[in-house]
Amino acid sequence: MDWLKIGTALLLVAMLFFLFPHVKSAIANSPKGSTQDWMGFIVPALVVVLFVMLLIALV
Amino acid sequence: MQLNNAVTRSPEAILQTNKLVRNTYSLLSMTLIFAGVLAFVGVATNISFGFALVANIVAIVMLWFVLPRTANSATGIPVLFAITGLLGFGLGPLLNHYLAVNPTIVMTALGGTGAIFLGLSGYALTTRKDFSFMGGFLMVGLVVVIGAALLNIFLQMPALFLAVNAAIVLIMSGLILFQTSALINGGETNYIMATAGLFLSILNLFQALLHLLGMLGDD
Repeated sequence: MDWLKIGTALLLVAMLFFLFPHVKSAIANSPKGSTQDWMGFIVPALVVVLFVMLLIALV
Repeated sequence: MQLNNAVTRSPEAILQTNKLVRNTYSLLSMTLIFAGVLAFVGVATNISFGFALVANIVAIVMLWFVLPRTANSATGIPVLFAITGLLGFGLGPLLNHYLAVNPTIVMTALGGTGAIFLGLSGYALTTRKDFSFMGGFLMVGLVVVIGAALLNIFLQMPALFLAVNAAIVLIMSGLILFQTSALINGGETNYIMATAGLFLSILNLFQALLHLLGMLGDD
């Protein structure tokens, strides 16, 4: 294992530690979304997926 | 959750929001151009992956510890430019790799990132939907993706690498909606922090698209 992999792994571990309090607070403070709210995310996310598939087909 | 803010908010609050959105998008376009110029420098000087990793580490340390302390003053702007410049410069080896494989991949990823960002941001701005309910979901998704990426440093599985990058595209798309909606619904009031968040989403989306197109494209 070279030092580049070790460095990247350490950076990712540091990110996990840094994100942990934000995750806890986001879970505790985020309001609950209704089915309609989630559809407002799922529809554009599906469009993004189809668009990425189109890009892959183009390359 | 869907709010009709235009009806319930005062004209002053609407003007404040418009100013925040305008400042954020102006600063975002300037930082993207600056990062693009430094990415070009990184490509032209052929920097090593090690140097790019150091640039990324310095940028992330500044993002975590310096930017939050300076974001409410004029110092925040040069700090943001330093962070985005270092992150752009750190793209050098990755861009060099994909330019050597097939330059179309880089151009397609760039165009695709722009189209996804403009589409999602435009969707959040025109519908004025409140995506604050996605905060917990996006944070957990981010932690899972970082955990999987960490695991894959040791496992080196192409399928897991592909899955991580596909998940990053979806999470960054969600974050663009979340961050744009926070601008118009009052979740974010500082344009420097808002720019930093949107810049990171765009950068991560671009890198994930590069990897997906590189792995799944014909070349």
